[in-house]
Amino acid sequence: MDANHLINTLFPQGAEIDFDGEFFTGTGQVGDKIVAVLGTQGGVYIGVELAHRMAGIVLDTVRNHPGRPILLLVDTKGQRPSRRDELLGINGYMAHLAKCLDLARRQGHRTIGLVWSQAVSGGFLASSLLADECYALPDAEVRVMNLPAMSRVTKIPLERLEALSLDNPVFAPGVENYRRMGAIRDFWQGDLAACLATALDSPTGPDRRRAHGLEREGRLMAYKVAERVRHDPV
Amino acid sequence: METLVFDYRDGKPVPASNRPPALVGVVGSGNLEVLVEAHDLSGAARVEVVTAATGFRPIWQAVLDDFFNRHAPSNILISINDVGATPAVVSLRLDQAMEAFKAGGAA
Amino acid sequence: MSSYYEASARERLLGLLDEGSFQEILPPSARISSPHLRQLDTPAAFDDGIIVGKGLLDGKPVLAAAQEGGFMGGAVGEVHGAKLTGLLERALDEKPAAVLLLVESGGVRLHEANAGLIAVSEIMRAILAVRAAGIPVFVLDGGQFGCFGGMGIASRLCDAVVMSEEGRLGLSGPEVIETTMGVEEFDSRDRALVWRTLGGKHRYLLGEAAGIVPDAIAAFRDAAIGLLRQAQAPDLSLAAMQAEHRRLANRLERFGQCRDAIDIWRSLGIEEPAGLPLLEIPEFVARTQDRRA
Repeated sequence: MDANHLINTLFPQGAEIDFDGEFFTGTGQVGDKIVAVLGTQGGVYIGVELAHRMAGIVLDTVRNHPGRPILLLVDTKGQRPSRRDELLGINGYMAHLAKCLDLARRQGHRTIGLVWSQAVSGGFLASSLLADECYALPDAEVRVMNLPAMSRVTKIPLERLEALSLDNPVFAPGVENYRRMGAIRDFWQGDLAACLATALDSPTGPDRRRAHGLEREGRLMAYKVAERVRHDPV
Repeated sequence: METLVFDYRDGKPVPASNRPPALVGVVGSGNLEVLVEAHDLSGAARVEVVTAATGFRPIWQAVLDDFFNRHAPSNILISINDVGATPAVVSLRLDQAMEAFKAGGAA
Repeated sequence: MSSYYEASARERLLGLLDEGSFQEILPPSARISSPHLRQLDTPAAFDDGIIVGKGLLDGKPVLAAAQEGGFMGGAVGEVHGAKLTGLLERALDEKPAAVLLLVESGGVRLHEANAGLIAVSEIMRAILAVRAAGIPVFVLDGGQFGCFGGMGIASRLCDAVVMSEEGRLGLSGPEVIETTMGVEEFDSRDRALVWRTLGGKHRYLLGEAAGIVPDAIAAFRDAAIGLLRQAQAPDLSLAAMQAEHRRLANRLERFGQCRDAIDIWRSLGIEEPAGLPLLEIPEFVARTQDRRA
């Protein structure tokens, strides 16, 4: 699916989106709500300029359209691995984007992420993973590192990793693994416009991903350990 | 990976059984962490080793025998996570851990 | 003077806080370690490479965490991350004077990459929740492995970062960039290049780090006390974000064409910029006074 097709499917009532290369932004209509849309296509690397630009859109939305929901459609293969980006402090730019999304949340903007193509590492961390909820298309890809690269870095044989990944969601790429571990709230299939409308109407609250990971048996320790550290007497 | 367990009897009691646990070392390449805890083992002592290097049981036995000859603690549980430390490093960490334990906490 | 760089996480934490005040939560004897490493033939650590607890700094109650770079490069796995998130959320209940993060991390632990990535995002959310509740979060970065990946982002969500020159702060580490983009993009064995690009001095001049100290536990302690005494309620307002947005835009405009840290330092109007890496910290601070971006 390309971005144009995705937007037409999500917003049958209409959307006004400006494309600028791999970056796009605009609004879409869902029932009587206007939704701010912010996204990338082509599996772009997120570097300092793009992170800054995305943060700017979030800030404009908070300033000019209080309460307007924000839909993130970020297609990224991760942060741009370059010396120039590091020289300029790319982690600070990513953090800025994350802070702006958090500001929007605290100001009452519903924030929703949809992984529709791919989401990798730092690009995912600073965008959709900071939303109230992150959803995914079932054929999208989420990963930190593919298994051959992981095998090279960890010196663990590839066959071993492949065998373990069949029933263990903890390290192998895959959107279902992220659903089981609680980071992906649900898959959107069939009528995507209805999925979006339902998500916009669903109640929001504190970070529930650890609890979902436990319920779905994909992440058994995180919830209990965090609860103990929070509440154990010392 | 291999898990090895060693038991020692006839040690001397370490004064005060409610000492806090002591930990020294780090689980990094060529290094190990040693956790020493008071534990009612009816006068015995136990060492549990999880090591990344397999097939070194006799060497662990020798290093631990030497350690118990010197310290002979009883009612004590020593737990080790090892990433291929040399016998000299193991011996040093054991001594440091015992010293920290007797001093009452982390090194 | 006891080196912060050479010390273990435990030594740093005990040396940083008021003597005898630290109380650990889920200590090694609780044996809450990673359930994922063993199946990959990798030894676990009893504390999963992070120490969390409460103590006093300058007589004030604080919560504190220290990552151990010697264990898997301080990388974040499921348990490690949950300990940090739990500690941050504890701050929402206890309302300490501050939360101190003694970071040292290569980012996400590949052996449990998915759990680690999600954990970092939970840490990020928790940091922002703590700050929104009016509690400052301070980062200390001076360990051997630096602070990269998701922890590099998380650090910049906090109120202030204090570094030594030896500490490094970034997103993709030099080895990662060299492996993905080639040695001509970033030669990770060129130590001088690595440190002037990612080290404390450049981060301080760029405004990414609020303070720079010599490599000594006592110096980090003094800096942390200084931050605590001057601490103001965290400002996460729209106006504050807009100000940050302009600062970051300005950085791109001024330095976007620079090839090297030395070019940036020259643009800042610093005399003899190539000599900065050789200066001791007090002299460095004096030389660069009023020249930071």
